[in-house]
Amino acid sequence: MSESHDGAVVVAQDVTRRYGEGETAVDALRGVSVDIAPGKATAVMGPSGSGKSTLMHILAGLDKPTSGTVGIAGTEITTLGDNDLTKLRREHIGFVFQFFNLLPMLDAKENILLPLTIAGEKPDDGWLDQLVDDVGLKDRLSHRPAELSGGQQQRVAIARALISRPTVLFADEPTGNLDSATSAEILELLRRSVAEYGQTIVMVTHDSRAAAVAHRVLFLADGEIVRELGECDAHTIHTVMEELAAA
Amino acid sequence: MGRFAVRGLLSRKLRTALTAIAIVLGVAMISGTFVLTDSIDQAFDSIFTDIRKGSNAVISGKSAFDLGDQTGVSAPTLSESLLPEVRALPDVAEAEGSVDSDATQLIGDDGKAVVSGGAPNLGFSIANGDSVFNPLTLVEGDWPGPNEVAIDKETAAKEDFEVGETIGVQAEGPVERVRVSAIVQFSSGLTIGGATLAGFDLPTAQRLFKKVGQLDEIAVAAKPGVTDAQLVREIEAILPSHAQVRTGSEQAVSDAADTNDFISFLRGFLLAFGGIALFVGSFVIANSLSITIAQRTREFATLRTIGATNRQILGSVMVEALVVGVVASIVGLFLGLLLAEGLFELFDAVGFTLPNSGLVFEPRTVVVALAAGILVTFLASVYPGFRATMVPPIAAVREGASLPGEPLDRIRGTSVAALVTAVGVVVGGFAITTTPGNTLVSALLAVLGLMLTLFGCALFPSRTLGAIVSCALGFAALVYGLFVPDLGTTRVLLWMGVGVLLVFFGVARVTTRLIPSLAAFMSPIARWAVFALLVLFWPLFTLPYWLLRYGAWGPGAAGKRVLAFVGGSLLNPLIFGIVLVMWLRRALTRWEPEWPAEFPGVIPDRSTTRVGSENARRNPQRTASTAAALMIGLALVTLVATLAAGIIASFEGAVNDLWKDSDSDYAITAQNNFSPIPIDAANAAAQAPGVVAVMNVRTGEVRAFDETIFATAVDPTARELIALKWKDGSQEVLANLGSDGVFVDDGYAKSNDLAVGSPIELTFASGVTQTYVVNGIFDPPTGGSPFGNVTLSTEAWDAKVANPRNLYTFIAMKGDVNDSNTRALEKSLAAFPNAKAQTRQEFIDNQISGLSAVLNILYVLLALSVIVSLFGIVNTLVLTVFERTREIGMLRAIGMTRRQVRQMIRHESVITALIGAALGIVLGIVLAALLIARVDFLVFSFPTTQVIVFVIAAIVVGLIAAIFPARRAAKLDPLQAIAYE
Ligand SMILES: Nc1ncnc2c1ncn2[C@@H]1O[C@H](COP(=O)(O)OP(=O)(O)O)[C@@H](O)[C@H]1O
Ligand SMILES: [Mg+2]
Repeated sequence: MSESHDGAVVVAQDVTRRYGEGETAVDALRGVSVDIAPGKATAVMGPSGSGKSTLMHILAGLDKPTSGTVGIAGTEITTLGDNDLTKLRREHIGFVFQFFNLLPMLDAKENILLPLTIAGEKPDDGWLDQLVDDVGLKDRLSHRPAELSGGQQQRVAIARALISRPTVLFADEPTGNLDSATSAEILELLRRSVAEYGQTIVMVTHDSRAAAVAHRVLFLADGEIVRELGECDAHTIHTVMEELAAA
Repeated sequence: MGRFAVRGLLSRKLRTALTAIAIVLGVAMISGTFVLTDSIDQAFDSIFTDIRKGSNAVISGKSAFDLGDQTGVSAPTLSESLLPEVRALPDVAEAEGSVDSDATQLIGDDGKAVVSGGAPNLGFSIANGDSVFNPLTLVEGDWPGPNEVAIDKETAAKEDFEVGETIGVQAEGPVERVRVSAIVQFSSGLTIGGATLAGFDLPTAQRLFKKVGQLDEIAVAAKPGVTDAQLVREIEAILPSHAQVRTGSEQAVSDAADTNDFISFLRGFLLAFGGIALFVGSFVIANSLSITIAQRTREFATLRTIGATNRQILGSVMVEALVVGVVASIVGLFLGLLLAEGLFELFDAVGFTLPNSGLVFEPRTVVVALAAGILVTFLASVYPGFRATMVPPIAAVREGASLPGEPLDRIRGTSVAALVTAVGVVVGGFAITTTPGNTLVSALLAVLGLMLTLFGCALFPSRTLGAIVSCALGFAALVYGLFVPDLGTTRVLLWMGVGVLLVFFGVARVTTRLIPSLAAFMSPIARWAVFALLVLFWPLFTLPYWLLRYGAWGPGAAGKRVLAFVGGSLLNPLIFGIVLVMWLRRALTRWEPEWPAEFPGVIPDRSTTRVGSENARRNPQRTASTAAALMIGLALVTLVATLAAGIIASFEGAVNDLWKDSDSDYAITAQNNFSPIPIDAANAAAQAPGVVAVMNVRTGEVRAFDETIFATAVDPTARELIALKWKDGSQEVLANLGSDGVFVDDGYAKSNDLAVGSPIELTFASGVTQTYVVNGIFDPPTGGSPFGNVTLSTEAWDAKVANPRNLYTFIAMKGDVNDSNTRALEKSLAAFPNAKAQTRQEFIDNQISGLSAVLNILYVLLALSVIVSLFGIVNTLVLTVFERTREIGMLRAIGMTRRQVRQMIRHESVITALIGAALGIVLGIVLAALLIARVDFLVFSFPTTQVIVFVIAAIVVGLIAAIFPARRAAKLDPLQAIAYE
């Protein structure tokens, strides 16, 4: 990977993704190029079916592009084998899912520590304490996911994603399954992680208030990036979305 | 990862437990078998050691070759004159002669012979009750004198024999009346289950056993300071050629040889069924694991996204399986102890009491049972675990995800699969063909080969192709094992076992393709079968109760309800209490009793059964694997039933072909249908008025052409009573065998190049050798020859065999088979309570009855594997219900009643069971046909009744399996079910 993208941690070039073959083929992405700068939050927005999730999956190495290249932390990932991808995930990638995806048989603390346990690493106690404090789960650590509210579960998920201090954290509709008050808390948490720890975040959402947390907002429509905004408020983002929907 | 695996298991307790049951049962069977047989072994060992406790050396007659048990010939006897010579030896402290007989019948107070299953009726002499050689102690009375008998405690208790009473005893001659002088037991207190003991003083025993002037054994005690070996050497010097001497402990080992053979047969036999149960269990486990893994796709994918490697996923699945395997095996191990105890009681209940001196729990039992259970679980989890590693990380966010650019490379996949299969076949085939079969290395190689073959077949990208390969290899192994000559029993069994396994595996896999059509086909059958079954049986059990229930809170006119209630309480007053309790409980709690009132619910409800049958169809692989477990059990049951039907039909055909029709036919056999009976019995029967002809058949082992074979002897009257198909010779041969003529069967003649006129040298057990001339060659009927390979005249037989006895006697009488003829025969046999007269049909039925007993045992043992597969169905249904929680909630929310939910689940269950039954029955019949084609003397006969019973049994299995899952499904709260995530 060339270093020409001035320090970007995630670099995608001319990424296309086609689902299916022949007449029923769907082009979910039609040539997307994007750089994700470190220490910043990037939001990806767009109407339903515009390819947001597909883009995020490809950026995160979960899915492979039909054509184009993706680099994370200087490594070209589209040609990596499974073992190298796993190693990359351990070092550089954190995930937050819409449906939390916690392991039901583990309590909150074990869920948070899971990435380290899997990698066979020792948790840094100071970091764990700070993280737990920050996400506000101090007195919930021994609860199982089934005993936690949706917002609390998503906090656990965020702590789990941050515990290994990944190069970049990907979140697909992290507030998609939460009420608005809880959503606000989660978004605040994400914002603080950028501000306080300098965490790089890529977040897919169709909630303009969520996108307002980001330093940069990309708009997708029909598999292409159609607009880009810098830091701005929810109202501006909402207006752009309306425009796109009308177009 | 291991910790999570265990946590995961704990969070799925019910599902884990259901999976584990399959292994628990199989392991219990294995450990139970070892415990049972080790315990019997120990008990017999101590009995046999006890018997020889006082003997430093034992002299006995030496047979020319090893004799089987109860074959009608016995080792030669010793002359009484040997005893003083032995006593005169310098190192002999004491010596004592004895005679014995394993057909010493005690006659009960009711005049009938005391028989108990196949247990022996032992008779022996007690020369001196106080001598060191006597293993018995007195419980009551005094050691027997002339015309007295000592009886063992168990028999005395069972038959109410008391000291001082006179009872009948029959050995080689007619019944004699003797006085019971003592009740005795072994000094160790052990009993040989079911066997009767009768001890006499020496002269009485010699007279009863027709061994006057003869001894069977001489027990010798050495002077102090003389070693056993020294003593044996000293005795050897004076022994005649037909006698042998062993040390006391050697003799105990040789005494135990027959029982040891029996015990190791029993062990192998029961282990085979434990193995089958485990094999079925492996299907259940593999299936449960596959389902659980499919349900946990998102969990695995999530683990992958946060950095778990393939190997870690595989590891966690394997650890889970191993934990289940270890725990289940340990539980099974201890359940085996209970099972052994239960088997002792079971054998006791069927009149075949086994000696028991306490349960023996050997380290070997622990090792083998645990290893088998854990290994099977491990192997069963390899493939599902392998599948779990194929879950891509993206499945964490998206259902049914597959990665682009890596469609399964069919050609490469197929060649890899073919390669693995081929390696497996070569390794397995090599292991089976090149080694005798019981060394550890070849066994391991064979297992490895088999596993590779199965794994290879599973690897084929095209399921159908893999299944066909597996089936083809299986049938090839079967055919090879069955039809290639001179493989030896072990190898034939190995080939067949491996073949059957591969066929089962192949059929199980190919079934996936057939499930949709099979399910569609079975659905109406299941619907109406359940209906018919419930209509037939339901009212029988629950009518009174149903009436009461209807009376208590049913709809309808008050008069009808009162009538129903009164009728119900009259029908079964006991039910009243139950209803009261139910009513109270219903009034006090939110409990709603449903099942007895479900009668109208079994009337096929089209929409509900339709959903049920769709459910059975929508996951063909799952339904197929579930049905496959039941298929295996039913295939084996059907195989057994078809073989039995074939044997019975063949035997009946052979008897009717051979036995010439006369006006009336009778046969005489022992009460137990197979023990030899004294010749005197037949002679007495010959004196009955109206007897036209008597033909005795004697049998025993002889040696010819360096092989121990069965020989028979017949009377010249055979010419009148039986008809043989002659290849060379005529019926006249039967009448004119004389003192040196024999006839042989066609196959034997061919393999030894015999023709009419050929000499044949026979060696008898006594060591006497004589050359006979082949007078005729006959073609044995399909259905089996009643004769051994070589048949002599009874006259020639009796000249060579000491104490000859009959196996059967066939009698023709004047007039029809009628009461007066039957009575005349029975009267003439009055002095021989162990002999029974029977008509031709009775004879056939009696001969077959032994087979039915064996059949019943086989059915009971195979039922274990059916039970395992029942748990498989329960497990699949529970997992399915769990998986469809939302869907069932939705169905309930749109108006499906609980009863309908239950019916839906039940329908799915019965369809699965019926598919298993259909496959199993067809497979069983095909396998049986193959075996029958191999065995010349068997004809094929379709076991219609049994097949109907098996189908009904399968439906019942389906119904039972559905009870629990259906209850769970019906209990789901629609609201919660929908909210569930
Ligand atoms: N696995 C798949 N197979 C086929 N088409 C898919 C698949 N996943 C997504 N698509 C299609 O790709 C397009 C983009 O989907 P997605 O990235 O999920 O959109 P978004 O997240 O913006 O709503 C949609 O048209 C969708 O139907
Ligand atoms: Mg999306």
